[in-house]
Amino acid sequence: MPYLSIEDLYVSYGHNPVLLGIGFAVEKGEIISLIGPSGSGKSTLLRALVGLTKPHAGRVFLDGRLIDYSNRRSLRETRDHFAIVFQQYNLFQNMTALRNVTIAPIKVKKRVPREVEKEAVALLEKVGLGDKLKSYPDELSGGQQQRVAIARALAFKPDILLLDEVTSALDPELVKEVLDTVRMLAREGMTMLIVSHEMAFVREVSSKAVFMDEGKVVEVGLPSQILDHPKAARAQEFMAKILRH
Amino acid sequence: MIESLWEEIPRFFTYYNWIFLLEAAVRTLVLTGVGCLIGFALGFYLAIVRVFRGKKYIPLKVVTIFFVEFFRRVPFLVTLMLVFFFCQGVQLNVSVFTVALITVCLISASYTAEIVRAGLESVHPAQWEAGEVMNFTLAQKLRLIVIPQAWKVILPPAFSFFIALIKDTALASQIGVIELTYVGKVFNNKGFTAVLAFGTVLIMYYIISYPLARFGAWMEKRFALSKH
Repeated sequence: MPYLSIEDLYVSYGHNPVLLGIGFAVEKGEIISLIGPSGSGKSTLLRALVGLTKPHAGRVFLDGRLIDYSNRRSLRETRDHFAIVFQQYNLFQNMTALRNVTIAPIKVKKRVPREVEKEAVALLEKVGLGDKLKSYPDELSGGQQQRVAIARALAFKPDILLLDEVTSALDPELVKEVLDTVRMLAREGMTMLIVSHEMAFVREVSSKAVFMDEGKVVEVGLPSQILDHPKAARAQEFMAKILRH
Repeated sequence: MIESLWEEIPRFFTYYNWIFLLEAAVRTLVLTGVGCLIGFALGFYLAIVRVFRGKKYIPLKVVTIFFVEFFRRVPFLVTLMLVFFFCQGVQLNVSVFTVALITVCLISASYTAEIVRAGLESVHPAQWEAGEVMNFTLAQKLRLIVIPQAWKVILPPAFSFFIALIKDTALASQIGVIELTYVGKVFNNKGFTAVLAFGTVLIMYYIISYPLARFGAWMEKRFALSKH
């Protein structure tokens, strides 16, 4: 049984349907990249998985259990397994880098502050920010903020890490430092669901690619297959456009 | 005129006049101080109610919005009369000072509720979402994430409102509360020149409002501008 299984998921914003019956499965340790044109519903899917946007039909199973998104307890339990990193980092602006990483484990998971702090320092060192523990988000570059956000997500000890276009808001020279951090997690076997427009990166790290368009999964396969020899006409068209420049 | 002023001063600053003036200053101070504190606490609560989600809170939210919109729209003097006649109507035996105090709290609560609401709304929704996905409770999101970031938007208008409120309490003289403005009128009626009577009152208002303004500036520095 797959670790995460998404079946026939429907989401809409008001009367505007965004996901129209999405379905695929994620095994533990897999890295799945969601690719496709803007507005195809990739980010919405990630938001729906953590309950930021309520799905109105379809089922999501996590470790064999059906998630009930309208039930607070089920939702809280589900969110314990996920961590999401946003395009705009969304660090807590009133807290230092260290506090951003430690706050949820201390306040939500009620863990011992000293332990959490030790782990957080190690995590921030791991993402190359050992010297920025006391810096506030507005004193950090975009790339640094995004690495703090990744450390914050890891401190939550998620089973699945969701990365929502984590490099899209960054200057080109800062993209590498963030991608290197994700590469490191990939080597460590972290299960990830990645929305990305960095095709070379998708090819390199992901075990599977899911091509989405207009709220539907168009094609699923190995990244090399999807990127180089897509079968679906819509995917061929997309690849031709992005690979041309 | 200057000579008459000079001649009046020894007669003006007698022991009993001082007592009369200081007692009035204390009343103005208490009206403002208690009005600010209770008003702000209640206003904060009213603003928080509006971020509650869920059907069961709808009646509470409707009452809150009605309260805020009502007291923000009715002039101070009219509110004062409403409270005054309401207390009379239900045969509640309270002093005019209490009536003024209740009025100040009602008005201050409704204004600060809007100021706090604007502050909470100024915090980017993504900050709420980041807290939401990490399973913070509503209280934790407010206390740890949103309110600390909202202070810089809340404090400046809150303190300018409080300072305006000091001056608004002058209207309490209309129902017979012996506060600073009332005392100014009494002195004037006793034959002292308006310059002396109201000039003294003006200085007293300044003495009360200046520290409040400084306190506001200090709070802004402490909570809003620097986070270090």
